[in-house]
Amino acid sequence: MAVKTYDAGVKEYRDMYWTPDYVPLDTDLLACFKCTGQPGVPREEVAAAVAAESSTGTWSTVWSELLTDLEYYKGRAYRIEDVPGDSESFYAFIAYPIDLFEEGSIVNVLTSLVGNVFGFKALKHLRLEDIRFPIAYIKTCGGPPAGIQVERDRLNKYGRPMLGATIKPKLGLSAKNYGRAVYECLRGGLDMTKDDENVNSQPFMRWRDRFEFVGEAIQKAQQETGERKGHYLNVTAPDPEQMYERAEFAKEVGSPILMHDFLTGGFTANTGLAKWCRENGMLLHIHRAMHAVIDRHPKHGIHFRVLAKCLRLSGGDHLHTGTVVGKLEGDRQSTLGFVDQLRESFVPEDRSRGVFFDQDWGSLPGVFAVASGGIHVWHMPALVTIFGDDSMLQFGGGTQGHPWGNAAGAAANRVALEASIKARNQGREIEKEARDILTEAARTSPELAIAMETWKEIKFEFETVDKLDVG
Amino acid sequence: MPNTTDIGDFQTAQTLETFGFLPKMTQEEVYDQIAYIIAQGWTPAIEHEHPSRSFNHYWTMWKLPFFGETDLGTVVAELEACRRNYPDHHIRLLGYDNYTQSQGSAFVVYEGRV
Repeated sequence: MAVKTYDAGVKEYRDMYWTPDYVPLDTDLLACFKCTGQPGVPREEVAAAVAAESSTGTWSTVWSELLTDLEYYKGRAYRIEDVPGDSESFYAFIAYPIDLFEEGSIVNVLTSLVGNVFGFKALKHLRLEDIRFPIAYIKTCGGPPAGIQVERDRLNKYGRPMLGATIKPKLGLSAKNYGRAVYECLRGGLDMTKDDENVNSQPFMRWRDRFEFVGEAIQKAQQETGERKGHYLNVTAPDPEQMYERAEFAKEVGSPILMHDFLTGGFTANTGLAKWCRENGMLLHIHRAMHAVIDRHPKHGIHFRVLAKCLRLSGGDHLHTGTVVGKLEGDRQSTLGFVDQLRESFVPEDRSRGVFFDQDWGSLPGVFAVASGGIHVWHMPALVTIFGDDSMLQFGGGTQGHPWGNAAGAAANRVALEASIKARNQGREIEKEARDILTEAARTSPELAIAMETWKEIKFEFETVDKLDVG
Repeated sequence: MPNTTDIGDFQTAQTLETFGFLPKMTQEEVYDQIAYIIAQGWTPAIEHEHPSRSFNHYWTMWKLPFFGETDLGTVVAELEACRRNYPDHHIRLLGYDNYTQSQGSAFVVYEGRV
């Protein structure tokens, strides 16, 4: 190695961190950032600055750099690409050596990649679009406590998506009335129900009371239907000690599943809870409050596909992904792009879905995609087509808004789901034939007929779904 | 709010998981589902159990899974044979998926008398 001497001062970032000839290693962690620099700053300098500030660099040369081999540890900007249809921004690809990151720590990866660099003055905006995690790193992460197949086996749910609902009203019910709403949904035909994300332990319903009544609701519904049932008991808490206390009690009352909000709760709490779930045979449902703050701006923040990848590594058995068709419209291709990241063992690069890298997940279990928000029976055939069997379809208003109540609403959804699955298996194009399939099924289900009548004014949205399929 | 007299009484029923909410399938509809299982590359299999024990994960296997079977008629004949031998049992058809190491499909074809 050549002898280096200490040369104090400020160097251009690109002298050290822009390496267009670099061929990334299989063990490197790769990232794609969408960069929008301040006017006049060359692209290479911006890309190099991002590489430096998210790895070994600081603004000034320091003497202690000479005590290590920064060539080994530095991040490298190795490619720049135009953003289609946008002259202001560009993609910068950066490779980080695996030894920059603590094993099994999503916290550490994010602290580096989306740390100080996002406040950097030379940048107007910065967005982390995608991360390629090397398989070597994935092998150090715990991942989902159970995964799709183990959950299916535990709950005896095969050959179809699962059905759920968030209990409404989201705030204000007493624990006993809340348990009643849960029981009605479960006896009617839902597989699981869900605490709303902001139900934690408020004065109107303390967590212990809620858990006890919900536990009884689950047991009674199971005995009466001969089916396995669950309710996502939200254990998101002010501190980890209380979170674990609630998790222990959820297990005691016999729910097979817990719930956590991974962004507001934080990755340290989430990874710890996932580990606890694995050790205690519990499933873990993950809500994503705060995600839109981070992922909605097209030029700044973190794309949801990155957050989804991070969650699969941190641990969770279900993750909300949007519905494509409901009240929270998301782009179909982009949604399918990150749904793949949750469920598949290998996802190839596919720019038409916003996937910037091949991603090998190895043997890490898959995560159920959860579609929730503003969906009802008319959407069922489209949802089955978009999300497939390995999904959790959640109808909150679409169950509890039924004129006959929760149990009939649940049954309507279950009939619509099973009719869609049966028709799909028979080779019918269920998205196109949606009306026929549902109308046929409603002949033997007054609950479904009434649900279809109740939500028929949302027909416009349903027809938009048809258009999407053609496009 | 609908009138009370317009509201139906929803009865809870033993529904036994997938397809439990649809009317009993015709012979032809059962054929379609077997064809789907085989077309996916899954292995059809039959299990039966007395209704009083049907909540258990394990039901008794009827023979072995029908590895490599592509004839729908054979599977239907086995369903019928199982039913003749255990008329008071629930009988379910499943499709073993050796890629996911799980079941791609499973539903009760005949319900035993409770």
